[in-house]
Amino acid sequence: MSWIGRSLPRLEDPSLLVGQGRYVADLARGAAAVKFVRSPIAAGRILGIEAPEGELVFTAADLAGVRPICPILHRPDYIAVEQPVLAKDRVMFCGQALAIVVAADQGLAEDLAEQVFADIEAEDAIIDFEGALAEGAAAVHAHAPGNVLVEGKLRSPGLDAVFADAAEIVALDLRSGRQSAMPLEGRGGLARYDDISGRVTLYASVQMPHMLRTGIADTLMMPESDLRVVAPDVGGGFGQKMSLFPEYVALVWLARHLKRDLAWIEDRRENFLASAHSRDQAFSVRGAFAKDGTLLGLDADLKSNVGAFSCYPVTCGVEPLMALAELPGPYKVAEYGVRSRGVTTNTGMMAPYRGVSRPMLTLTMERMMDVAARRLGLDPLEIRRRNLIDTFPHRSPTGLVYDEGSYKEAMERAAEAIDVAAFRERQAKARAQGRHLGIGFSVFSERTGYGTPAYAARGMGIVPGYEIVSCTMDPSGFVEARIGSSPHGQGLKTALAQLIADELGTVPEKVRIISGDTDATPYGWGTFASRSMVIAGGACKLAAGKVAVRLKIVAAVLMQAKAEDVVLEDGLARVVGTNLSLPIPEVARAAYHQSHRFPEAGPGLVENATYDPGGTFSNACHACIVEVDVETGGVTIERFVVAEDAGLLINPMIVDGQIHGGVAQGIANALFEELVYDETGNLLTVSLADYLPPTIAEMPTIEIEHLVTITDASITKAKGVGEGGAIGAPAAVLNAIVDALSPYGVELFQMPATPQRIRALIRDAERKAHG
Amino acid sequence: MAEKHAITLNANGKDYRISVEARRTLADALRDDCGLTGTHLGCEHGVCGACTVLVDGKPVRSCLMFAVQAEGQAVRTVEGLAKGEVLHPLQKAFWENHGLQCGFCTPGFLMLATGALEAEPDLSEAELRDILSSNLCRCTGYQNIIKSVCAAASEMRACPPSADR
Repeated sequence: MSWIGRSLPRLEDPSLLVGQGRYVADLARGAAAVKFVRSPIAAGRILGIEAPEGELVFTAADLAGVRPICPILHRPDYIAVEQPVLAKDRVMFCGQALAIVVAADQGLAEDLAEQVFADIEAEDAIIDFEGALAEGAAAVHAHAPGNVLVEGKLRSPGLDAVFADAAEIVALDLRSGRQSAMPLEGRGGLARYDDISGRVTLYASVQMPHMLRTGIADTLMMPESDLRVVAPDVGGGFGQKMSLFPEYVALVWLARHLKRDLAWIEDRRENFLASAHSRDQAFSVRGAFAKDGTLLGLDADLKSNVGAFSCYPVTCGVEPLMALAELPGPYKVAEYGVRSRGVTTNTGMMAPYRGVSRPMLTLTMERMMDVAARRLGLDPLEIRRRNLIDTFPHRSPTGLVYDEGSYKEAMERAAEAIDVAAFRERQAKARAQGRHLGIGFSVFSERTGYGTPAYAARGMGIVPGYEIVSCTMDPSGFVEARIGSSPHGQGLKTALAQLIADELGTVPEKVRIISGDTDATPYGWGTFASRSMVIAGGACKLAAGKVAVRLKIVAAVLMQAKAEDVVLEDGLARVVGTNLSLPIPEVARAAYHQSHRFPEAGPGLVENATYDPGGTFSNACHACIVEVDVETGGVTIERFVVAEDAGLLINPMIVDGQIHGGVAQGIANALFEELVYDETGNLLTVSLADYLPPTIAEMPTIEIEHLVTITDASITKAKGVGEGGAIGAPAAVLNAIVDALSPYGVELFQMPATPQRIRALIRDAERKAHG
Repeated sequence: MAEKHAITLNANGKDYRISVEARRTLADALRDDCGLTGTHLGCEHGVCGACTVLVDGKPVRSCLMFAVQAEGQAVRTVEGLAKGEVLHPLQKAFWENHGLQCGFCTPGFLMLATGALEAEPDLSEAELRDILSSNLCRCTGYQNIIKSVCAAASEMRACPPSADR
């Protein structure tokens, strides 16, 4: 009986359902409270910091021996910038930590923080692309005049020719507002100091515990072995918790300095101000089309506002270089020219957020297809059909190799499910009644499960990618798999247990997955980039497979059979073609306690395996129907269909959950959420009531169709699925809004598409119509 | 700083004698003074609802109520939902229908739905959606939350949990 493919309820859930989850703040009782005093000024010179006498207040001067955070890209176009743990001499963004206070509890720490006064001579803050890239603009970092920290360029030789010969050139300027991944649990850490060993254990709400340990040890110049990092239950991350933040360095420094237990649990305002941001991007793109709708060439100028610093370890290159590499997405493009820049400003630091650049790339390509279709008199689906990749492996203009996918099939499936013809009838009737319905499509690829080659190609100083898994079957037949990956709500442990149970002929309940503890797991990279099911899953399959080989050798000796005739299933080691079998726990016990009998297997049942794949591509098509209220500019999503190909589904229920959540964030990005700075660099959106994450009232029911392409690029045959929902949804929603407003002839290239922005478009169109 | 008040907080039928500043929220008192850390804080602005508990049967944002205000009232938290090993129908439905991912918002949704369904067992899906729109979830897109709550509602109607609290 196979466990793969079953919607097994999650093994993670029982403790979470009864209030026995262990999130960082739940562990912090009894620890002293740490609070960061943050700059209210976006840019300026620190003249002095005054603090009450006799209290535990620390400033940059106290942290003199601590190195700044400074991730590296080995590219000639990258300028490294240093992020100090506490601001020294200058402040670079509103919310930057200036001082640390420590008190007995949170309330007292907040009282104390209010008594710390920083005298800052404010300077003009640079907030946006216009300010940063203006002729003669001041430099945010003195050694980076021009304010560009990374700039990738490439241009295929035939680009100009295809533009010269094009029947239609579609030029678009697109804009994405700055957004926050906004996990419901903010960042937080608890540093416990051990008096005897001098070791610190840092419990932290993070996605990359091993990387955090390395980063902290490097900045504090301490041996890694003196630090243990534990990611307990983590209340969502979505990328925001995969960077090394100064706060964690400070906590470990404090614990070692004060020799006591300390906790920092950030509040929501702090999460908006000082945690990572993303998606603040402006793209200017031209597409050259032939008369029949063939996309001949793409010429792009892509800008990403990376904020004041560069995120460790992936650097501020993550958005710009992803944009450069993947703009063509699922489309055949022969000629490609691109310039992609990471622009520094006096704003919060950009770091990965579910999708990384691809929501904006997909918006770009999908809006371009719709605009081109209209100009060329083609059906929007037909122009996509003519350009979607359909032979595999496909090599993109940037050298990415796409494994087998179902790009066209997914689009046809989505179109069928949403029933385009029936919708067009309904749309016409609604229009006659003054109602504005629209339909929109979004076809995209989701590159997942890529190992070291992809990161090495980016020139990263620290090259992530592989995962190591240690798999043990103990003498009682229970299995432990220790993984370097570090899930934070996805249900990875359940899916991995299903995978391992199949390899070892046992049940998922007998498989314990151990993650998130640097003392208990092999060095690994964590959970991000839709990688864990592919890479940690692949390593689990390999490690469990090696344990299975040894189990079979032992079982074969015990039953006087050949190892190749032994199968592991339903808790038994069975000899095929006979009625011989032994319970697996009995075989396991023999492997440990009678090992002298099995020299070929060796003692015990412990195996390590590493998996470092080149990567695979999931694909999907989103289709949605919206109604736009032209009086208010409000958008209601009536239907949302996802036709998704994530390869083999290990646990379909978990896959669907990932799609639901991703689409919800994509819709949020499309319609609601935006971090807004005023002209002085003061963040205006610092509560959930300002930031507008959607509630259930704004969310449609998501209808999911699965396609299953079996790939050789992933040994579990699973492709990643964590980001797709967020990647595809914005384009589908914006295309549907434009379709709904087609009587006005408006175009929309900015997200979030707020009621104000939609009303402005309608107003302008009406003004023009009335002369 | 401020003077502390000795109060008795009744949570899940048990009395906790605690000493708190007047400014201490019910959420902080439950978590830090009573050790009931199942109630989570997602914003402390009263927006996300992760800290929702029942006070005399009504859903309340425990980050917006002071602990001293809860004295003399019956507070119920997620820790009190299951009876021993037997999960409440809502907990069971959330498990079976994948109504949670990271689990951080889950206690708040469970208490919100418990309060709503105990007060009015016959709520329609539309009414439940309206009620559930007071809390935020970042992981699930809400789809399996409403599915779970509807499943639990029908089970609770068929087989009402005894009101022995």
